[in-house]
Amino acid sequence: MNIQQSPNFKASDYKSGLTPVWCPGCGDFHVLLSVTKALAELGTPPENVAVISGIGCSSRIPAYTNCYGFHGVHGRSLALGAGLKVARPDLTVMVMSGDGDGFSIGGNHFLHACRRNVDMTYIVMDNRVYGMTKGQPSPTTEPDWDSALSPGGTGLSPFHPLVIALASGANFVAREFSGDIKGSTRTIVEAVRHPGFSFVEILSPCVTFRPDERQWKTQTHAASVEATDDPARAARRIMTDDGFNVGVLYRGRRKPYETHVSDLAGDPAILEEEFAV
Amino acid sequence: MKTPGELRKSISFAIIGSGGAGALTAGAILLETAGKAGWYGIMNRSVGPQIRGGEAAALVRLTTHPVDCMAESYDFVIAIDWRNADRFAAEMPLAADGLAIGDTAGGEVPDVIAASGITVAQMAMKDLAGSVQGGRENMIAAGLAAKLAGLPVDTLMAVVEAKLASKGDEAINASRACISIGVSEADRFEQSFHLDKPVTGSTGRWLITGNEAIGLGAVRGGIRFAAAYPITPATEVLEWLAPALTRVGGALVQAEDELASINMAIGASFGGRASITATSGPGLALMVEALGLATASEIPIVVVDVMRGGPSTGIPTKSEQSDLNIAVYGCHGDAPHIVVAPLSVADCLFTAQWAVHLAEAMQAPAIVLSDQSLGQARALVDRPADIAFVAKRNVLGSEVEEAYDRYALTGSGVSPMALPGTAGGQYTADGLTHTVKGVPSSKESDHQNQLDKRRDKIENFDYGNHWADIEISNDDCTDTQFTILTWGSLAGPAREAMHTLAAEGISVKLLAIRLISPFLKQNFLDALQGSQRILIVEQTHSGQFHEYLRAKCDIPGEVRHFHRAGPKLIGPAEICARIRDWKTS
Ligand SMILES: Cc1ncc(C[n+]2csc(CCOP(=O)(O)OP(=O)(O)O)c2C)c(N)n1
Ligand code: SF4
Repeated sequence: MNIQQSPNFKASDYKSGLTPVWCPGCGDFHVLLSVTKALAELGTPPENVAVISGIGCSSRIPAYTNCYGFHGVHGRSLALGAGLKVARPDLTVMVMSGDGDGFSIGGNHFLHACRRNVDMTYIVMDNRVYGMTKGQPSPTTEPDWDSALSPGGTGLSPFHPLVIALASGANFVAREFSGDIKGSTRTIVEAVRHPGFSFVEILSPCVTFRPDERQWKTQTHAASVEATDDPARAARRIMTDDGFNVGVLYRGRRKPYETHVSDLAGDPAILEEEFAV
Repeated sequence: MKTPGELRKSISFAIIGSGGAGALTAGAILLETAGKAGWYGIMNRSVGPQIRGGEAAALVRLTTHPVDCMAESYDFVIAIDWRNADRFAAEMPLAADGLAIGDTAGGEVPDVIAASGITVAQMAMKDLAGSVQGGRENMIAAGLAAKLAGLPVDTLMAVVEAKLASKGDEAINASRACISIGVSEADRFEQSFHLDKPVTGSTGRWLITGNEAIGLGAVRGGIRFAAAYPITPATEVLEWLAPALTRVGGALVQAEDELASINMAIGASFGGRASITATSGPGLALMVEALGLATASEIPIVVVDVMRGGPSTGIPTKSEQSDLNIAVYGCHGDAPHIVVAPLSVADCLFTAQWAVHLAEAMQAPAIVLSDQSLGQARALVDRPADIAFVAKRNVLGSEVEEAYDRYALTGSGVSPMALPGTAGGQYTADGLTHTVKGVPSSKESDHQNQLDKRRDKIENFDYGNHWADIEISNDDCTDTQFTILTWGSLAGPAREAMHTLAAEGISVKLLAIRLISPFLKQNFLDALQGSQRILIVEQTHSGQFHEYLRAKCDIPGEVRHFHRAGPKLIGPAEICARIRDWKTS
């Protein structure tokens, strides 16, 4: 939450000009666009924003922005982001990764990031598949989705990111569809502004390994129930969710993680007294 | 005390009790008393596997001169309770003229002690403590030990009073009464183990553990962020840092695991704050992937590994040097980084501070290989000198040129690092092979250039003379036929062996290596010039250090190798015996 109002930024000011490695039609292009639009609307200068990711097609996103970026190792983006935000509370920290990165190898960090409630925004580009490794099931993949690694499907029920986020204490929970640039932009702006840990799942089709996901355009719909600050009501709403409700689900009121860091350089000599005999 | 007996340069004793009996407290106050009276000393603890209620032994050594290792034989042992003491008996062999005093109500004297032929005495500690309202046996043991060792009783009383100040007069009076009982009971024994006068001239004494010294060195070096996941025997580094960092404007975050803690440290350092985490072998194993990330993305961090017995869960409470290989070679790919090892409890401060300096200067990870025998030992040391090393990162200034290359190929291999917030310095730090701009690339030339850059900055750095401690027992002796070659915590026993041998007329050189990686081959060979017989000493089962050295160069002269796994620490007498044998063979 370091919003310096400056109406002079355009979405293009947040783009690096590097050509993404993504397949034509990949939903992640839209996410990039929404994020840059949101940042322009927020008006935070690009150098005061850090985009942190893990590994995957989606996690390539930092270098496509003109912000400071960190493309870390697989699954650990939330830890990188939390360390950065605690050390540098003045920055706007956006952690962005995929469903494999965030919910499988990084699943434990997801729980604890929600709990810790450090003031940052976590966007998961959920394509319900491992794109980068060429089409294996992820924790959000449907049980009957057939692939070379799981012939006939995994038979496992998918992980429900919004339920987990809510149950683990995330302070802002939302879902969007990548193709809805306007809705995604609005929600990202709100997520960044909301104090504490904000989680936005963006359904972002993998056109290469999940061509069926092109249907998401028609399948997604606005939730019929208003967003709430009551976790119990939010939980009830998710229970009736068909997986394609979009919009803000929950705006919590928890106090963000206190960092207490300061540049008031206390002299380390004060720490030596306890050792003198 | 009847006859004062010969004054000693070093005495060692142990106080044993079941959990909660306060043996460790008694040891700690005796150590502090000795420090206040001007002596030096070191204390380690031996604890059973139980978290609470298990037996514990305070192993204390007091000396007239600075000391870096525990003794191999004990002058006296006081058992508040003998039950389970046989578990410790092997760790505290008693000297031939030693004394063992046990509580009459505290169970049978262990066979090893009873059979050793030393004087075994009984004392009704429990009853005596019971005679004092609120009295405790550990204070009787403290009074007894103080008198046997010749420590000033009034100083002991003052230390206890200060410790119990918050508990009120009743507690203080009870402790004073028990100490007095212990002191007068000591008169029953013929033996005395009085210390000689301490060497003087120091500028004040510190009482500090290796783990605390690492924390302080880190903060002195500029560390302002720590991420923590608890593990024995490293937790105290983190517990010391938590309040300390807050006092100097920094922060510590407790992470969900070591995968997170190291990545948090990397994230914070990316933001410009010098960062640290501390762990032991199992945690280091989890951190290895991220160490490679820090290497490739050139983000400085310090990772402290307080080593314990391995592999796997191993022996959490006991020391070993067996993480050498993972620290040096753990990363996949070619991942040059820094590995340093403190050579004593006091040196934990210097080496940690130096590690921060090295990591920051070279924008690379630095691993500090301490171990349980340093980390959890509490030592009386001369007040450490102020060291000039502080974090000094080559940071991009606010005037950014048009084309900023984060990973520019500079002569030194170190390139200016832009910190978030600096307009025009934006780049993406990446573990993917990248161009000078940080853009992912799989081109051969980019790979080669960046690998060279990361190697060069570490290999060409000026490490000064801190890479090792080199000592010769007596300067006037030209016949330094023997060299004891060691690293890390084994420097203490090796140095003591050198002095013992010198007193016997065997001149020995000590080469104790602090900078493990990179390996400074030329310095190493120069230091060994003239050495004909080299004894390599290390606390590992497989001889990791020896193999490491052999892989790096042809060691000149005749080489012998003394290595053993923990938990039994290698001591000076064992090292001396090997040199004496060699001399006569
Ligand atoms: C430790 C580790 N294990 C495995 C991999 C291989 N890997 C790369 S990306 C990826 C999955 C990415 O899936 P997701 O996060 O859903 O991103 P997407 O590519 O679908 O955007 C895996 C398993 C890796 N890079 N590192
Ligand atoms: S493989 Fe799928 S997720 Fe990856 S870039 Fe192509 S479409 Fe996008």
